[in-house]
Amino acid sequence: MTDAASAATDERVKTVSPWRRALIRPELGGICGTILVFLLFGAIAGDSGMFKAEGIMNWTVVSAQFMIIAVGACLLMIAGEFDLSTGSMIGFSGTVMAILSVHMGWPLWAAILFTFVFCMLIGALNGWLVVKTGLPSFIVTLAFLFILRGLTIWGSVYFTRQTIIGGVAEKAQGDWLAPVFGGKILTGFFTWMGENGWIATFTRGSRAGQPVVDGIPMLIVWALLLVVLGHLLLTRTKFGNWIFAAGGDAQAARYVGVPVNRVKISMFMFSAFCATVFATAQVVEFGSAAADRGMLKEFEAIICVVIGGALLTGGYGSVIGAALGAVIFGVVQQGLFFANAESSLFRVFLGAILLIAVIMNTYIRRIITGER
Amino acid sequence: MTTPIVEMRDIRKHFGHVIALNGVSFDVRPGECHCLLGDNGAGKSTFIKTMSGVHRPSSGQMVIEGKPVTFESPRDAMGAGIATVYQDLAMIPLMSVTRNFWMGREPEKGIWPFRNFDLKMAAEVTMSEMKKMGINLRGPDQAVGTLSGGERQTVAIARAVYFGAKVLILDEPTSALGVRQTANVLGTIDRVRKQGIGVVFITHNVRHAMAVGDRFTVLNRGQTLGTATKGDVDAARLQDMMAGGQELAELESSLGGTI
Repeated sequence: MTDAASAATDERVKTVSPWRRALIRPELGGICGTILVFLLFGAIAGDSGMFKAEGIMNWTVVSAQFMIIAVGACLLMIAGEFDLSTGSMIGFSGTVMAILSVHMGWPLWAAILFTFVFCMLIGALNGWLVVKTGLPSFIVTLAFLFILRGLTIWGSVYFTRQTIIGGVAEKAQGDWLAPVFGGKILTGFFTWMGENGWIATFTRGSRAGQPVVDGIPMLIVWALLLVVLGHLLLTRTKFGNWIFAAGGDAQAARYVGVPVNRVKISMFMFSAFCATVFATAQVVEFGSAAADRGMLKEFEAIICVVIGGALLTGGYGSVIGAALGAVIFGVVQQGLFFANAESSLFRVFLGAILLIAVIMNTYIRRIITGER
Repeated sequence: MTTPIVEMRDIRKHFGHVIALNGVSFDVRPGECHCLLGDNGAGKSTFIKTMSGVHRPSSGQMVIEGKPVTFESPRDAMGAGIATVYQDLAMIPLMSVTRNFWMGREPEKGIWPFRNFDLKMAAEVTMSEMKKMGINLRGPDQAVGTLSGGERQTVAIARAVYFGAKVLILDEPTSALGVRQTANVLGTIDRVRKQGIGVVFITHNVRHAMAVGDRFTVLNRGQTLGTATKGDVDAARLQDMMAGGQELAELESSLGGTI
């Protein structure tokens, strides 16, 4: 800007320092936090194997799990709503999938596809109820937290007389869709790295000579894919602008013709989709479904999103930030284990970081909106 | 003078037993600023909501460029070139000026599934439109929250004009603003009028109306008390009509001046 132009602006608007400019990027907290936790655990757990191939794979998988549900929660939160039923949805979709394939004898791929459609319809129902009744999504999805969890336990016991349904591994044999969720990629590359001695290999047992990390699980691929697609959708498309608008001020958005209801319902469906991806990967990997899976995951997803800089009130946030929040979450959870720390301290840390993140976000919001 | 773009003939609107509008006639011509004055409860908001397609009139006729029309929704009104800028619902503070400007009409480029929001073009247009309106932005990604109330109104007006509004309805654009910001918004109204757009300026502040208005219509208790042209009427007379006369005159004399 030239001097003449800046003279024409309101002289009371101070020029913004690069620091403040960086501060209003939603990802900043996530970036700083990520650097901080890596430094911290590099110092206290650096020699524990946390940063060797196997250790890295360990916390990366955990982070990727958080990432998958965080992306859904993030876009939904930016659109101005919550989904507290995510955790129950994880248990529910896994159980539906297992009952259909193991108990009803459906091919696994058909069970997976059906579950995806069914769960996204439940997500749409969530969204429809929120939009039509005008009730806070907090209450509507809290109801579904209980409804879905109850149905999951009831259905599991009713059909199989137990709450853990095994036998999915056998059904996954030769199935074309199961490897998309439970397989591994780049196995050849990892074998090659093992042969060259760049990563550790097993020295004993039946797998002697094979690398300890034999590929990238599809879970991680899904996580990265969802993060990249979610980020592009939010920042580079028309629909992304509508997501911001729906969460920023639904009425103002309606006045200029944004289909707010459609946006919100789609985001509820996307949240259900992410929960189902999480559940499918888990079911295929473990070879079983359990009725109590996914407990508290909804809150963990929301924490990742908030650490990532999104505002609880909607209209502001970043998918990349949420992904970094998931990394922080995963690294700390597993890092405390590597550092031999008392694992219950993890929750103390979680509460503390959540509080700090929310306070930071509120402060940042004031900067953006110029409130005093 | 030229024919009106929008003409509202004898509009009545009842909400159950409440008669909100009891025969209001009003028209806007291209390039004029027609002020709609009225005290709180006079029916101003009901009337503009009828004009912008939010309410449907109980009776009466709406004519646009000579053709009778009925609006089912605000979208219909927008399609017919009637844009409304609401006092506090114009903008989303957390979003950038560019994203606000294009909200609902985002330009796209590329082929599906790679179709994306053409942010570069959107930013360029926003910057140049803002410059025309006399707002210098730090950058196209500056959040609307950092703008003053007057600037927000101006962005909303610029947006409506850019997207081809023929009639611009401004709902009390100056009522929450300070002196200098008010002057800026009134300046914007003048600029828009000179582009041939008909402006409907709703206010209860007679001085703001006198500053830019070409014609003045006073609404009281759901009825029009007549339309006056600039020069035929003075501020005190408008004030009297708005308040319904007597009491205010007494109050004014005891306070010693025009309120």
